Amino acid sequence: MSLFLVSHYYGEVSLVSEEQGYKEKAYQKLVTQTKPKPPIVRNVVAAFTVGGIICTIGQAILNIYLGFGLTIAGAATATSATLVFVAAILTGLGVYDEIGRFGGAGSIVPITGFANSMVAPAMEFKREGLVLGVGAKLFSIAGPVLVWGITTAWIIGLLAYFIM
Amino acid sequence: MGPGQTKRTGMQTVVFTNPPVINAMASIVGPKEGQGPLGKTFDKVIDDNLYGEKSWEKAERKLLKEAVEMAIKKANLTAKDMDYLLAGDLLNQLISANFAARDLGIPLIGLYGACSTMFEGMALGAMLVDGGYANHVAFGASSHHDTAERQYRFPTELGVQRPLSAQWTVTGAGAAVLGNTGAGPVVTHATIGKVIDLGIKDAGDMGSAMAPAAADTICQHFKDTGRTPEDYDLIITGDLASIGKALTQQLVSQNGYDISKIYTDCGILIFDPAQDTHAGGSGCACSATVFSSYIMDEIKAGKFKRVLALGTGALLSPTSILQGESIPCIAHGAVIEAR
Repeated sequence: MSLFLVSHYYGEVSLVSEEQGYKEKAYQKLVTQTKPKPPIVRNVVAAFTVGGIICTIGQAILNIYLGFGLTIAGAATATSATLVFVAAILTGLGVYDEIGRFGGAGSIVPITGFANSMVAPAMEFKREGLVLGVGAKLFSIAGPVLVWGITTAWIIGLLAYFIM
Repeated sequence: MGPGQTKRTGMQTVVFTNPPVINAMASIVGPKEGQGPLGKTFDKVIDDNLYGEKSWEKAERKLLKEAVEMAIKKANLTAKDMDYLLAGDLLNQLISANFAARDLGIPLIGLYGACSTMFEGMALGAMLVDGGYANHVAFGASSHHDTAERQYRFPTELGVQRPLSAQWTVTGAGAAVLGNTGAGPVVTHATIGKVIDLGIKDAGDMGSAMAPAAADTICQHFKDTGRTPEDYDLIITGDLASIGKALTQQLVSQNGYDISKIYTDCGILIFDPAQDTHAGGSGCACSATVFSSYIMDEIKAGKFKRVLALGTGALLSPTSILQGESIPCIAHGAVIEAR
């Protein structure tokens, strides 16, 4: 008997829900078999390459700043600022999302990804005004990173204080 | 209508005893769709997604308004001849349809069927005309890649990687005029779908979520009418795309119907794989524009004499997904015959 016919038997509620559970499991199995598998190796290699290139460029910039005579801390800050600036420009030009399409996590994880996650909503929501558009939505993607990153750092710091 | 006659057949299908005529259909699409395999079949291809407006939302409603105006003009009628406008889109509070209707001045029945809206409109419009409640009905639907991304997913410049099952929301609008007179293909039956949910939670894979609804409406239509795939030259769904189409075909065959020889999907037809849309097209405009252009041309040319066309919609919201709900879906079907 066809499973679809059973769902039209309104009176037999318990039969419908058991059958429904079975239908759902059988269907989800069919979906898993039919869907194309993501090219994990290709994605991992692409992420590694793109992330690696971004970090290598960052290292080069750091070396240049150290060469200018900045301290390590100063050069690190300047490097972060430079990378953020470049990522913001690339986002504005519509280039960064193309990099992300190829590189995936490799372009999201470095600080350039953070810059992209703030500039993208800023561009998107400017049509809703500067206050409730840009202002309110600026951290819509980056917000969780800040909230949970800072919270985790605080908790670890507290643990470190009491343990050490 | 005599006492023995009925307009209903089976559980979910209506029969039109005076089949309404599709007086005209019109389609406008964005540049990406214009570059696709069906680019030359659309009535108009715009140069960029903003269409001269300050926001994508303004552009989308302009597309819908122009598509409706174009269809009315192609039917050699005016807006005053339209008794109702049935229209919808994907955006919150249906702002494309509502704001377009504000300028069109036709009594509006707003519809939300997600990507099935065009065929929800065709089914209801045909009921209004065949039932004697309207002489002419205009119906249409629009979607826009960027307005959909903003509302459902991420800011458009964010560097995210889309999964292989993801579909590309079509930028465009399709519209039509149905009437109780005139020459042209007619709508003979309509099957209204039930909401079907088999527990798919992945919003990046609409095809898998919608396939059970499409299969359910197709099978119910066959049961209601006593027909089989052999009675049709074409069965076409709105936007199941490559994954959903394969699943629908399997689900339908599990119920004893083999549609493989005559079955295709608008989401697969509208984009070329080289355009890297992944699984294919989606959005209200996917079925609306492809049916209004390519499919209608082929029906009029005599290639398809009887078509079962279904719009398929995923009835989720960003909130329901965040709350961990699965994706309930729906499919509405209509039978169009050449005359």
